[in-house]
Amino acid sequence: MTDQPDPNALHLDAGDVAPGDVTHGEFTAGWRTYVLGLAIAIGLTIASFWAAQTHLIYGPSVDMALATLAVAQMGIHLIYFLHITTGPDNTNNVLALAFGIMIVFLVVFGSVWIMHHLNQNMMPAGRMHGGM
Amino acid sequence: MTTADLPIDRDPYHIGHHGAGGHHDLSTGHGEGGPASKRIIVGYGFWIFLLSDFVMFSGFFASYAVLKDQTAGGPGPRQLFDLTDTALETAALLLSSFACGIMSLEMDRKRLWPTEIWMLITGLLGLVFVFLEVKEFAHLVLMGDGPQRSAFLTAFFTLVGCHGLHVTIGGVWLATMMAQIYFKGFRQDIQMRVLCFSLFWHALDIIWVAIFTLVYLIGVHG
Repeated sequence: MTDQPDPNALHLDAGDVAPGDVTHGEFTAGWRTYVLGLAIAIGLTIASFWAAQTHLIYGPSVDMALATLAVAQMGIHLIYFLHITTGPDNTNNVLALAFGIMIVFLVVFGSVWIMHHLNQNMMPAGRMHGGM
Repeated sequence: MTTADLPIDRDPYHIGHHGAGGHHDLSTGHGEGGPASKRIIVGYGFWIFLLSDFVMFSGFFASYAVLKDQTAGGPGPRQLFDLTDTALETAALLLSSFACGIMSLEMDRKRLWPTEIWMLITGLLGLVFVFLEVKEFAHLVLMGDGPQRSAFLTAFFTLVGCHGLHVTIGGVWLATMMAQIYFKGFRQDIQMRVLCFSLFWHALDIIWVAIFTLVYLIGVHG
């Protein structure tokens, strides 16, 4: 009997979950989660397509608005579809995700940053033959 | 005690005070109780694969972001892309991802036909997506705007084509899973494969969000 799992310990740590695992939810609760995620994702998608084509938003800020909406939608997908949460049962999944996001940002922004400066330091094409 | 006594989704190597098995040692990461359940290990391992897939895609995204203005005098995103098709593709993939989620709920209840039908809906919506993308690619190539036209188009076809290839392979995987569920039933190893598939499918939708934002919306706008 001493080897029985302590019910209090189980209560404190409901157990780890794999990404995408929905073992904690009942069937209807699971449905509710997916419908809610779908509704928010549709709303964000419509907002994205609207923001790209409207003239109501100050032109130069549209790109940033679209990027923000995209990040928000990716977050919604992670939470409602992949069931990645910040709960104690998800520590490993979130740590791996954080590492992945870090590499993605380094690669994408690093490339854009470096190539932007490279382009700035290049001689303009028109001056190549004109001599310096 | 053995791992069999633990609830199936409980990770003994959990970081914290309540991870270990029956001894309730309060030291962090004590690691008693044996390895985590297979479901956790498979899911976590596949999650690592998906993240490495994201890292691979980040290379294509980076090259697209760098090359998107290098049109070599040819057409740019504004002339080439039709946002109506993009909206339809987005809707198809999002609804497919939703259907995949419902499928995993039905699989948890081990109901054969609802699982198969939601798998079929998932696959058909994925097929709609692939069809629209192939249509767009064929149109571009026939207009002379194939991947060899400019660095921008090379990067475009590589990035979007790689995602489309993922969706296509995912569709083949899904068809295989439908057959395995039908003929072999809800065996634990097959359920884990389906779990991996649904992770894969949801992850592809996340990548599509980045594609339709960066390539299509920002491309057509800016």
